[in-house]
Amino acid sequence: MDRKGILYSINGPVVKAKNMTGFMMHEMVFVGEMKLTGEIISLEGDSATIQVYEETTNLKPGEEVLGTGNLLSVTLGPGLIGSVFDGIQRPLDVLKAASGDFMKRGVFADPIDMKKSWNVQMGKVKDGDRVTGGQVIATVKETESVIHKIMIPPNVFGIAKNVKSSGKYTVDTVLMTVQTENGEEEIKLYQRWPVRIPRPYSERLAPREPLITGIRVIDTLFPISKGGTAAIPGGFGTGKTVVQHQLAKWSDADVIIYIGCGERGNEMTEVLEEFPQLIDPRNGRPLMERTILIANTSNMPVSAREASIYTGITMAEYFRDMGYNVALMADSTSRWAEALREISGRLEEMPAEEGFPPYLASRIGEFYERAGRVKTIGGEERIGSVSVIGAVSPPGGDFSEPVTTGTKRFIRCFWELDRQLANARHHPSINWLDSYSEYAVELKDWISKNIDPDFYKMRDRIMQILTEDDNLQQIIKLVGEDVLPDNQKLTVRIANIIKVGYLQQDAFSDVDSNCPLKKQDAMLKTILHYADRASKLVSKGVAVSEVLDENIVNTLMRMKENVKSDQLDEFKKIEEKLDAFFDQLDKKYQVITEA
Amino acid sequence: MPSKEYVGLSQINGPLVFVENPKGVGYNEVVEIITENQKRLGQVVQISDKIAMIQVFEGTSGLTVDKTRVKFLGRPLMVKVSDEMLGREFNGIGEPIDKGPDILSGESRDINGSPINPASRMYPRNFIQTGISAIDALMTLIRGQKLPIFSGNGLPHNRIAVQITKQAKLKGEEAGNFAIVFAAMGIKHDEANFIRESLEQSGAIKNTIMFLNLADDPAIERIATPRVALTAAEYLAFDKNLHVLVLLTDMTNYCEALRELATARGEVPSRKGYPGYLYSDLASIYERAGMIKDKNGSITQIPILSMPNDDITHPIPDLTGYITEGQIVLNRDLNRKGIYPPIGVLQSLSRLMKDGIGKGYTRDDHPHVSSQLFASYSKVQEVKAPL
Repeated sequence: MDRKGILYSINGPVVKAKNMTGFMMHEMVFVGEMKLTGEIISLEGDSATIQVYEETTNLKPGEEVLGTGNLLSVTLGPGLIGSVFDGIQRPLDVLKAASGDFMKRGVFADPIDMKKSWNVQMGKVKDGDRVTGGQVIATVKETESVIHKIMIPPNVFGIAKNVKSSGKYTVDTVLMTVQTENGEEEIKLYQRWPVRIPRPYSERLAPREPLITGIRVIDTLFPISKGGTAAIPGGFGTGKTVVQHQLAKWSDADVIIYIGCGERGNEMTEVLEEFPQLIDPRNGRPLMERTILIANTSNMPVSAREASIYTGITMAEYFRDMGYNVALMADSTSRWAEALREISGRLEEMPAEEGFPPYLASRIGEFYERAGRVKTIGGEERIGSVSVIGAVSPPGGDFSEPVTTGTKRFIRCFWELDRQLANARHHPSINWLDSYSEYAVELKDWISKNIDPDFYKMRDRIMQILTEDDNLQQIIKLVGEDVLPDNQKLTVRIANIIKVGYLQQDAFSDVDSNCPLKKQDAMLKTILHYADRASKLVSKGVAVSEVLDENIVNTLMRMKENVKSDQLDEFKKIEEKLDAFFDQLDKKYQVITEA
Repeated sequence: MPSKEYVGLSQINGPLVFVENPKGVGYNEVVEIITENQKRLGQVVQISDKIAMIQVFEGTSGLTVDKTRVKFLGRPLMVKVSDEMLGREFNGIGEPIDKGPDILSGESRDINGSPINPASRMYPRNFIQTGISAIDALMTLIRGQKLPIFSGNGLPHNRIAVQITKQAKLKGEEAGNFAIVFAAMGIKHDEANFIRESLEQSGAIKNTIMFLNLADDPAIERIATPRVALTAAEYLAFDKNLHVLVLLTDMTNYCEALRELATARGEVPSRKGYPGYLYSDLASIYERAGMIKDKNGSITQIPILSMPNDDITHPIPDLTGYITEGQIVLNRDLNRKGIYPPIGVLQSLSRLMKDGIGKGYTRDDHPHVSSQLFASYSKVQEVKAPL
């Protein structure tokens, strides 16, 4: 059926058309002579409101709106990994080839390369077998890091026919047909899925395993689990993007999806230039071989920014369905919320707080709830997860604004970036007193079993020292450090070692950028070993200055840089050095007390 | 396409005029508003089959409902760009005001430009030596960066900006290919004169294009000014391979003009009455800085904004900071003590310096020296300012 609407009003990215009976809500449409991509966001009688994903300059009332018959969807198949898309899944390098260095309008591009042929390894399914949605029927080695599993689309059930044998095929090759109750379905290497509908799973599982990030303050103090949700709020210049980049680089997920949502163009370029050169510590391959980027920078159309979050999470769910652990970073969800606000304003909806639409919190909730660790559909036992880490950019660094408060209700990990720490160039500037992680308790078993039974004890002690230090700092600010008794002076100094030597971590250092859990464990042990022996001496009346030997303190502060992750034996040497130092002090003061 | 002309307006409201039953008029199309003795420019900001809403750049005073003629030109607002512009002076929408001839050669370009494809961008790495030690050492300016100056009333931001343009040096052979585009939005005549004279003295004026919308010029025109300036800058950078330094001052006045327009249109306001799309709108200006692969030129932006009441959390500096790659914050206390330049180093930041300094760029130990200095500064602040 050829359905055509007629435009009658244009207001920025929001346009209205009449003669729209028969169009679906959230249907993807082409608007005007330039065939701009748009989506229907409301229908009323014969007229429809459409948000257009491209600049609407020069669009005129009277131009046509063409239906596509599909909801706004993404294409899912081999070829996704390593790509860079805009908010509605158009690959940027293809757009560049088609229209040059500046973005042009009305350019259509296939999300994945339709001409490239892949080596398809067929599974066990043969003619006459029953297949169900989600079942893996073939595999493709997409990159050295990711085996792409070709699955029956979630809503297809029936009898397999005309099953092809293994071979080299392009993505639109029909691998088999499935006889369903409603006729035959062709199964190709790719499938399409509407972005606003979560992909189904069979069962939701509790989080049990940490997503190891290599960032000490996160892994030790505020860990996130695979399938978990976290928010990183912080004013500008506090280092949100650097933390997000670090997570994208070093998280032990199988697939990373990074959404640059309304952020800086140069930041995306940095990722594009850096990731192909960085090496995945798990298998020595370039990080780009497990990464998908979505770049919808702040000057690109605002409605595509709104869609980019959904485009990203739908791809994440697709890889989750293959049984992978996927981590998705969204930088920044505030820009997405602002896109909602802008469109809502153009629709003349009644605003709630600060001009945001009243449905802001429920949209945030819906998005974060698409994260999780699940048992997938499709018969075989596959467990996959989607972890979501969203940056929040509160205006004026004010955490009481609607996006931050709305987000806080739906996430379980809160990594608060602190302006003062950032100004002092303490990075990552995650505040250790105000941040929290609800996963810490649930992950204790895993850490105790796989890393160190004492890890959590040490973690608690570190927290205790830092809290005590915070109290003491108040006193110091009022009356100075000199009035503190010796044991408290020592606490302050040890807290300083923890802050500088442990929590502070240079993202741009070759050695310290990524810190594996085993190294974190060894570092904690060393610092606490020092703390134990030092406080023993101080409690006997030895002056604090004696135990704060410059060389020793420097060793503790610098061990993060000086010990490489694959040379953890070095920590034994540091411990021996500590012991030698304290033994000699013990001896000295024993002699004095005895004399 | 033949242009259409209508006689009579249905309504005049602040900077907006309305025309009924327009036919074949496009969104963002530019219009001429013609009265007996004057021609003004305007732009369609909302359009339906029944009515077109038009913002008039030069203001609406003197317009009549019945006699005013409106001519739709069938194209967005364009500016003619060419080499001839160097050394010349224009008003806020790109018309010559220095009594010189019109720009004849060159091509007309849409002032809104198009976003640079992120896949085409080149990550900026080469520093610009400004000769101001606080900036060069601690918040190094990188070619292709957008680094705003957050200032306040009475602080010497213009002096610093001019000093940067006069002293800016690039490393190596390309040092000569420099051009300056200066866009003034709602600043005082005195300020504009100071900047013009300083550029004349240094001889940089012949490589400078000036776009002036001063405090007594129409406010709505300011909305076009930075876009016109950046269109010229893009031409110089990406067609003529020049390294262009763009000074935009004062962004606060620009944002206020935007607020005025948004209010007149009856839009739902967000913080402090500014429109909800202020972030996207500012981004459409700031993001036009950068470098492109396989092109030799670059656009470096130094927007200047005065923070109302020195409040860095005010929406304008706040949203700017979220878009730009760092900021140079001027500090009133330092200025009071007579320290020049009064740059508050702890609040200031250059996000791109990490990849543009050190070995092969500046001094080998630059990153370490700067982090040591920052650490020492922050230690001093801690000691100086107890709770």
